[in-house]
Amino acid sequence: MSVLILIDHAEGQIKKASFEVLSYGAAVAQQLGTNAEGLLLGTVQDDLPALGKYGITKLNQVSNEALNAVDALVYAKAIAEAVTLTGATVLVLSHNQTGKAVAAITAAKLTAGLVAGAVDLPDTTNGFVVKKAVFSGKAFANVAITSAIKIISLNPNSYKTMAGEGIAGVSQLNITVAAAAIKVTSVNRVKGEVPLTEAEIVVSGGRGLKGPENWGMVEDLAHVLHAATACSRPVADSGWRPHHEHVGQTGVQVAPNLYIAIGISGAIQHLAGVNRSKHIVVINKDPEAPFFKAADYGIVGDAFDVVPKLTEEIKKLKNS
Amino acid sequence: MKILVCISKTPDTTSKIAFKDNSTKFEENGVQWIINPYDEWYALVRAIELKEKDASIVIHLITVGGADIEPIIRKALALGGDEAIRVNTTGDDSFYIAAQIAEVAKQGGYNLIFTGKETIDYNSSSVGGIVAGLLDVPFVSLATKFDLAGSTATITREIDGGEETAEVQLPVVVSCAKGVAEQRIPNMRGIMGARTKPLKVVEPAAIEPLTHINSYGLPPAKAGVKLVAADNVAELVRLLHEEAKAI
Ligand SMILES: Cc1cc2nc3c(=O)[nH]c(=O)nc-3n(C[C@H](O)[C@H](O)[C@H](O)COP(=O)(O)OP(=O)(O)OC[C@H]3O[C@@H](n4cnc5c(N)ncnc54)[C@H](O)[C@@H]3O)c2cc1C
Ligand SMILES: Nc1ncnc2c1ncn2[C@@H]1O[C@H](COP(=O)(O)O)[C@@H](O)[C@H]1O
Repeated sequence: MSVLILIDHAEGQIKKASFEVLSYGAAVAQQLGTNAEGLLLGTVQDDLPALGKYGITKLNQVSNEALNAVDALVYAKAIAEAVTLTGATVLVLSHNQTGKAVAAITAAKLTAGLVAGAVDLPDTTNGFVVKKAVFSGKAFANVAITSAIKIISLNPNSYKTMAGEGIAGVSQLNITVAAAAIKVTSVNRVKGEVPLTEAEIVVSGGRGLKGPENWGMVEDLAHVLHAATACSRPVADSGWRPHHEHVGQTGVQVAPNLYIAIGISGAIQHLAGVNRSKHIVVINKDPEAPFFKAADYGIVGDAFDVVPKLTEEIKKLKNS
Repeated sequence: MKILVCISKTPDTTSKIAFKDNSTKFEENGVQWIINPYDEWYALVRAIELKEKDASIVIHLITVGGADIEPIIRKALALGGDEAIRVNTTGDDSFYIAAQIAEVAKQGGYNLIFTGKETIDYNSSSVGGIVAGLLDVPFVSLATKFDLAGSTATITREIDGGEETAEVQLPVVVSCAKGVAEQRIPNMRGIMGARTKPLKVVEPAAIEPLTHINSYGLPPAKAGVKLVAADNVAELVRLLHEEAKAI
């Protein structure tokens, strides 16, 4: 009857998104009057019993190092087996890149209804209904899951991490892990930067910045805010910035606490990737730029003048 | 060598999103339907490129949808592909749709199944993974590069905070993101040719959907932008700090 929560990790570290799903899963368990357990496939350096502070009573681990690399089919089969072994009826994981690879396969293996991209706790007053973002964040749908086992993948930055007191008991699960069919030949993680999908603050630049040589001021601003950098599609298409920074309908969808758009017009396809951000700041020299309609705060002005000043003012705030 | 490309329809990216019947149905009135961009620009075009290099490759398109989807499927056939299959049913549960595709795939003996990264209306990124799970073949999500040499595929995919490259033996299911191919415009020859390509209609398998959309909603409207003068950047920082508590 329990809620099982997948703890995602890379390079020996638990990902930030996992703390969100732990907090979320614990709240779901409380709502259902049952207990929440964690599931860790592979090995990490983090203190595992301490994860109890997010509300799980037990941590199930399959400490097989083969699971440190994600072959989606192998990984999902292990998750499905863990769900069966622990008797969980709800599985919660992040709708991050790992979740997008494994949640659906797990759903197939368990014949479980899946709501991918949940943005809120389920409504369990009448059935089991989960709110999810649809139409690229322009709307949401309330989706009822009717199967016995239910899977929810939670959109990153949709639920606040809540830590209290508590220690989780760690126990090993005995699962036979199939041989990986996917042979990873290279991994290229952007070092020293905040991953875009996990960032609390995103600083994004558009064609208004004229060329890649002008991104220094965007990076400076991102740096003082400990933010990730992003861009509009034409910027990535012109090769000014790497493709993984492109946000929007056809790029990455983000929902940070703060999104700062510099020299971006605010086309509907761009907004589709950012409109779930909590606060939006727009800096654009054209007062008619459509982005202002979707913004909370704005400055009509020249980015080359405003952005360096903004960086300075934030530095002052941080030093005060 | 046979490739199956999954094609879905979505409202044009500029469509107004509204709902009817007490917010239980999407308002289709006035909506332009298009091929889901990920399916068209990346999955389908990459399959066509592979066939251009190896003429022995056969490409089938599959869509799960009602008769109203046929113009979309013809448009896809105008880009390329040898024939299309329509599973004659509608639904919004990913499992239901994927299970219909898996049924057809089991009979077709495909070496490679391409889907888009996600549909831009339901944004689930789920159908491909469920198909892979039901067929019990490897799944590579969010591919940004796809190459084939014999029966070995070399695929680069998005992972959190970067990308990874891997090799896998066919058969495999791959969800395609930007980078896998470049968008193409169908030409006159393709459009004429598409009219005579076979479009098979098959009846759905008996499968229970596992989810159901009860209702839709729109996010609360923004209160309106607070503008700060360009020579008063300090005020913006104050608002972000004190009012929004975002920095
Ligand atoms: C199917 C489809 C999917 C798409 N998907 C995406 C997507 O995922 N993401 C995306 O971003 N786009 C997407 N687009 C493209 C989108 O429609 C826009 O063309 C694009 O977002 C525009 O990028 P931009 O705002 O950087 O450039 P522009 O529209 O050229 O805007 C530049 C802005 O900079 C301002 N500016 C110029 N100089 C300065 C200055 N010195 N200081 C301050 N401001 C200045 C201008 O006033 C203008 O508003 C898609 C389009 C289609 C058709
Ligand atoms: N009704 C459908 N018919 C055929 N393919 C589909 C259908 N729905 C989704 N797909 C495929 O699955 C991918 C992911 O869809 P989704 O899981 O809805 O985000 C799409 O990009 C399509 O390639």
